[in-house]
Amino acid sequence: MASLRVNVAGLVMENPTILGSGIIGETGESLLSAYKAGAGAVVTKSIGLEARKGYSNPTLVELPFGYLNAMGLPNPGIESFGEEVLLAVRGGATVIGSVFASEAEVFAQLSSKMEAFGVSAVELNLSCPHASGYGMELGVDPGVVREIVLAVKKSVTIPVFVKLTPNTHRIIEIAQAVQAAGGDSIVAINTVKAMAISIEAGRPILSNIFGGLSGPAVKPIGVRCVYEMYDVVDIPIIGAGGIETWQDALEYIMAGAVAVQIGSGIGRRGLNIFKEVNFGLERYLKSRGIESLGELVGTAHA
Amino acid sequence: MHKLAFLRIKETVVEGKGFKTLRFMFNRKVRPGQFVMVWIPGVDEIPMSLSYLGRIKGITIREVGESTKILGSLKVGDSMAIRGPFGRGFERLSGKTLLVCGGAGAAAVLPIAEEMDNRERVDIAIGARTKDELIFEERSKMYSDNVRTSTDDGSEGCEGTVVDLAKHMMKERKYDFLQACGPESMLSSLLKVGKEHGVSGQFSLERFMRCGVGICGSCVINGKRVCTDGPVFWGEELESMSDFGRSKRDESGQKIGL
Ligand SMILES: Cc1cc2nc3c(=O)[nH]c(=O)nc-3n(C[C@H](O)[C@H](O)[C@H](O)COP(=O)(O)OP(=O)(O)OC[C@H]3O[C@@H](n4cnc5c(N)ncnc54)[C@H](O)[C@@H]3O)c2cc1C
Ligand SMILES: Cc1cc2nc3c(=O)[nH]c(=O)nc-3n(C[C@H](O)[C@H](O)[C@H](O)COP(=O)(O)O)c2cc1C
Ligand code: FES
Repeated sequence: MASLRVNVAGLVMENPTILGSGIIGETGESLLSAYKAGAGAVVTKSIGLEARKGYSNPTLVELPFGYLNAMGLPNPGIESFGEEVLLAVRGGATVIGSVFASEAEVFAQLSSKMEAFGVSAVELNLSCPHASGYGMELGVDPGVVREIVLAVKKSVTIPVFVKLTPNTHRIIEIAQAVQAAGGDSIVAINTVKAMAISIEAGRPILSNIFGGLSGPAVKPIGVRCVYEMYDVVDIPIIGAGGIETWQDALEYIMAGAVAVQIGSGIGRRGLNIFKEVNFGLERYLKSRGIESLGELVGTAHA
Repeated sequence: MHKLAFLRIKETVVEGKGFKTLRFMFNRKVRPGQFVMVWIPGVDEIPMSLSYLGRIKGITIREVGESTKILGSLKVGDSMAIRGPFGRGFERLSGKTLLVCGGAGAAAVLPIAEEMDNRERVDIAIGARTKDELIFEERSKMYSDNVRTSTDDGSEGCEGTVVDLAKHMMKERKYDFLQACGPESMLSSLLKVGKEHGVSGQFSLERFMRCGVGICGSCVINGKRVCTDGPVFWGEELESMSDFGRSKRDESGQKIGL
């Protein structure tokens, strides 16, 4: 029997496909809908201390090979998010709680709240490319990354995943900082900082001017980041960026990912994407006589 | 992918007090009830139903805030940026149908009558707060022999809500389906009244929209995305949604009353 079951730093999932953060993950019921559609686990929208409205529209630009977005981290705030997590967990979903903050202490506080709500792991957003004072602004400095991961590790007992940005030349140092500080897994990549200008209007389209590029356009960047990190860290890596088919997922796995996250593909292909990717992977394993997906992790490395 | 399209406005029509229609060429196939995102550079991007679906499409705007006021002030020859169409529209049903329009909801509903193009099969109920705010009455008469109106203040048609009017019409005549758009409190009472008369139907909802393509999650109602799973839902689907007629999410995702 070919098995898609994976274990990421103690978090066991029936299959390697995970709903990415910020994709329909603002409510318990929508998290549950992605889980029921076949995801092995679901990541919540990144949640902060207080409610945040996000940027005004336009917050999304549709492009031929992906999306450009600058939502501005809208979220209801950690206190009111508890009931959403509870709803998804009670419904049977494996939930990973994503959090964002501007300092280590608040990351720790949010993470321990998430643990109390019942999530199976936390994911630290050190990578959002379009929110001043948050995300990527912290995640490009190995010292800051180390400090945040250390603080969160002290505050929770569940696995701590750290989501990194590709918008840096120091990705290897940053990955090493995560591992040194005791981070349990790395998620790569978040979106690539980008922009679009309407030549008709003669101005940037996003209200925030800059946003993050996702979808097939960024897949080669994501695969490269995973490949580079696999050579320097031992902790498991979760791949993300432009995954729409089982072949895309397999590419990340061969680069060194043990599991994958899917975001934009849900808009471009629909919620059925989890089942389709899993079905394709399972058929591939069977046709090659491979027993477990784990045997393929990192096999592209010479 | 929905490329941002820049369109020149070919015609503008004042439909009633605070209502304006903009007409433009937009060469995409659209179902009644589908919507577009309209970009007002420097201000906002907002959802609008397409109120005309022929070769020359249209949107009908109720002026409520900054963006809708700016759209309402556009003139022939001005340009406008839209992307879409989005969502699941109304189905083409075979059977005797009552179309029920509350306020700006008429924009989403009238294209159904146009598509049916069968005067005997479609009846239309249009409601507004007052006479000046009734829209599409003349247009409705081109597609139906039985067009009725209601106003909350009784300044034209039946005095009362459009749900009262629809109830009255369902007593007079047996309908197979209801298709409706308007304020959610209206839709939820209409759904109940329809059930009492054994008539099922489709209802078009509004929620706060950002992406329009089903990824950001800001428009969800009980786990369904209004931008892609809706905006048009069957009454049976809505009955299983605990938020329908009761609550929505604000821009931060917090649950608030309707
Ligand atoms: C699917 C759909 C179809 C619609 N069709 C029409 C139509 O055909 N004609 C029409 O007049 N109106 C329509 N609306 C409502 C219209 O989008 C709002 O009236 C408009 O966004 C108000 O913008 P404003 O800047 O003028 O007012 P604001 O003062 O900014 O907002 C007034 C109210 O409009 C709503 N609103 C604002 N931004 C959004 C947004 N991004 N998404 C959803 N609601 C928002 C909120 O409830 C807000 O409280 C539709 C809404 C949806 C969701
Ligand atoms: C609309 C949108 C919102 C997102 N919001 C978040 C977020 O809140 N937190 C986060 O860590 N990543 C966020 N992301 C990034 C995705 O989780 C994912 O890492 C990225 O989009 C690459 O994967 P994809 O190509 O499959 O979308 C968002 C992406 C999109 C498109
Ligand atoms: S508007 Fe983004 S999911 Fe519906």
